[in-house]
Amino acid sequence: MELFNYPIDTKTLRRKKAKIKRELLEQPNLIEKRVAVLGGSTTNDVVDMLELFLLHHGIKASFYQSEYGQYWQDAMFGSPELDGFNPDVIYIHTTWRNIESFPQISDSKEAVVEKLDGEYNRLCTMWDKLEEKFHCPIIQNNFERPNYRLMGNRDVWDYRGRSNFIMQLNNRIYEYAQSHESFYVNDIDYLAADFGISEWNDAKYWNMYKCINMDAIPYVAQSVANIIKSLYGRNKKVLCLDLDNTLWGGIVGDDGVEGIKIGPEVPVGQVYAEFQSYCKSLKDIGAVLAVDSKNDEENAIAGLNHPDGILRPEDFVSIKANWEPKDRNLQQMADELTLGADSFVFADDNPAEREIVSAQIPGVGVPAMDGVENYIKILDHSGYFEVTNISAEDMEKTKMYHAKAEASKAKSAFADYGEYLDSLEMKAEVTGFEPIILQRVAQLTNKSNQFNLTTLRCSEEDIKAMEDSANYICLAGRLIDKFADNGIVTVVAGEILTKDQLHAGGAIGTKKLSEELIDKLEISSSDKCLLVDLWLMSCRVLKRGMEDFMMNVLVKKAKEAGVTHIIGRYLPTPKNSMVKDFYDGYGFTLVEEYADGNRTYKLAVADYVEKDTHIR
Amino acid sequence: MIKEEILVKINEIFQDAFDNEELEVTAATTANDVEGWDSLMQMNLIEMVEDEFGFQFTMDEASSLKNVGDMVDVVASHV
Repeated sequence: MELFNYPIDTKTLRRKKAKIKRELLEQPNLIEKRVAVLGGSTTNDVVDMLELFLLHHGIKASFYQSEYGQYWQDAMFGSPELDGFNPDVIYIHTTWRNIESFPQISDSKEAVVEKLDGEYNRLCTMWDKLEEKFHCPIIQNNFERPNYRLMGNRDVWDYRGRSNFIMQLNNRIYEYAQSHESFYVNDIDYLAADFGISEWNDAKYWNMYKCINMDAIPYVAQSVANIIKSLYGRNKKVLCLDLDNTLWGGIVGDDGVEGIKIGPEVPVGQVYAEFQSYCKSLKDIGAVLAVDSKNDEENAIAGLNHPDGILRPEDFVSIKANWEPKDRNLQQMADELTLGADSFVFADDNPAEREIVSAQIPGVGVPAMDGVENYIKILDHSGYFEVTNISAEDMEKTKMYHAKAEASKAKSAFADYGEYLDSLEMKAEVTGFEPIILQRVAQLTNKSNQFNLTTLRCSEEDIKAMEDSANYICLAGRLIDKFADNGIVTVVAGEILTKDQLHAGGAIGTKKLSEELIDKLEISSSDKCLLVDLWLMSCRVLKRGMEDFMMNVLVKKAKEAGVTHIIGRYLPTPKNSMVKDFYDGYGFTLVEEYADGNRTYKLAVADYVEKDTHIR
Repeated sequence: MIKEEILVKINEIFQDAFDNEELEVTAATTANDVEGWDSLMQMNLIEMVEDEFGFQFTMDEASSLKNVGDMVDVVASHV
């Protein structure tokens, strides 16, 4: 559910709590756990939120809550309810408000150490007691910075400062954690800083309700839930990454390896490099990386071998670079690695791709990767790979899965793609080359390499000449879906020529057909042919049916202009092999194919069967 | 925003908070009239009103609420 993604949708979680809980309870395969929350403040809302976050991870928890502020008494002296509850996990929710004796300015150094010992001993006797009694994991908050700094900056380093005292106490807690298994620190010191310490400590909340700022509570709950789900094997295992505009800036298939943004040359390239570096570090804590990208495999590999890139092809356990739907690739990958698809995180800058993956494969983590400058923050705050235990094996996981992937071959079934397309609520607007879009159209003819039938590069003047010519049919298609207006994404243009005019050559572009070719077209002198000069589309909207929509429009316009035949050509380049068979899909017949792959097709307009599309 | 409109939105908040689509509150409704409206629910209600109308209750405002009508008045003074 998107609500749980960073940044957490606190408002909806609070308002629709009951409804969300009902929905989450309907998930299959929930595991049940008993969680005791021992609080130094009001914990009802912590428990409410923790319940939702755990359900989000597939854990159905029942809770014990101590009476207000009774965390220590409950732990030390027990209560029949707690003893009978027999917890699987104990979470001790305390804050700096629960520190009983802070240093005074008049205190000697020894007096402060004594206070520190007192505070620490009170805590560690409690942990020991709980361990002895319940033999279960204990999660303990560290302490966050308090509501004021009496001495200002000095408060943090002087032994009499409350800030300094809290740091010392935290260090003792960390030492305990290092020497005790099944003891885990919930780092609210970080959470409070990240949330904003002044807001976190808003006095209204403590004095009215005895709790921290209620807007911060979902973040605390998320953090605790991350520890618990990690303990029960519900961590994500695979980070499945898109390439273009996710691991580097730009489209490698269009811009070429030399054109993508990665590395120190430009600020954007630096951000992508930093993100690649972060992903690489995730391998050290046992996460496994994979690629799920709409690209030719060759281009994908070339991009990953960019000299300024950090990640290399061998860092990935699987690289799926093809034109299949991404959910299908991901499912196939999961099968090959013999992992549940719900152990995957799918990181892609394109909201439409995220939508199909999260709709088709429930349980996949799908963070809202918006803005490259936010990628690390989003993944890091989500806690997909929360580390509770770290082993030598973790670092070897990529190798292990490499072996698994090689060993298995699997096929995955695919649900109804049409339904997905309908869900995008796509709408297309097709216009001529109007003055306001001339620049964009010319730019597209110079930028698009992959989905480009003729790779005819045009200046603005060329485009304007086409539009101004009475013999040209010019179409620019804009595609709007529920996520965004993708802008002008496809350009089609052709010139209407008689047989005689074909012999003479058209007005614009270099497209004079050879005499033999014109003969092979087998057209009569009364025929009117539409010779398609330009047909290109941005790969962003691939597999949306936009090309079908454009063909429908083109044929309709051609009919209206009295055209009898459409002549389509495919002129091969090193980058446009994906559209090699484009015209075959529309009932065109191949008239000629030269040794270099140059193809010419013909369609009798009267024979065209209109394509069904999912675009209005 | 007029008070009638505010009350309509507050009523929706109550329905969500108490998970009861049939719940109808009026300006005169107090905590005694709605089952489950305790001090913990009160703090959640205030948060939800803040979320809905985009302002923060001062402590004085939050601690002097006696009925739904008071809540409407506070909202009306902020928006």
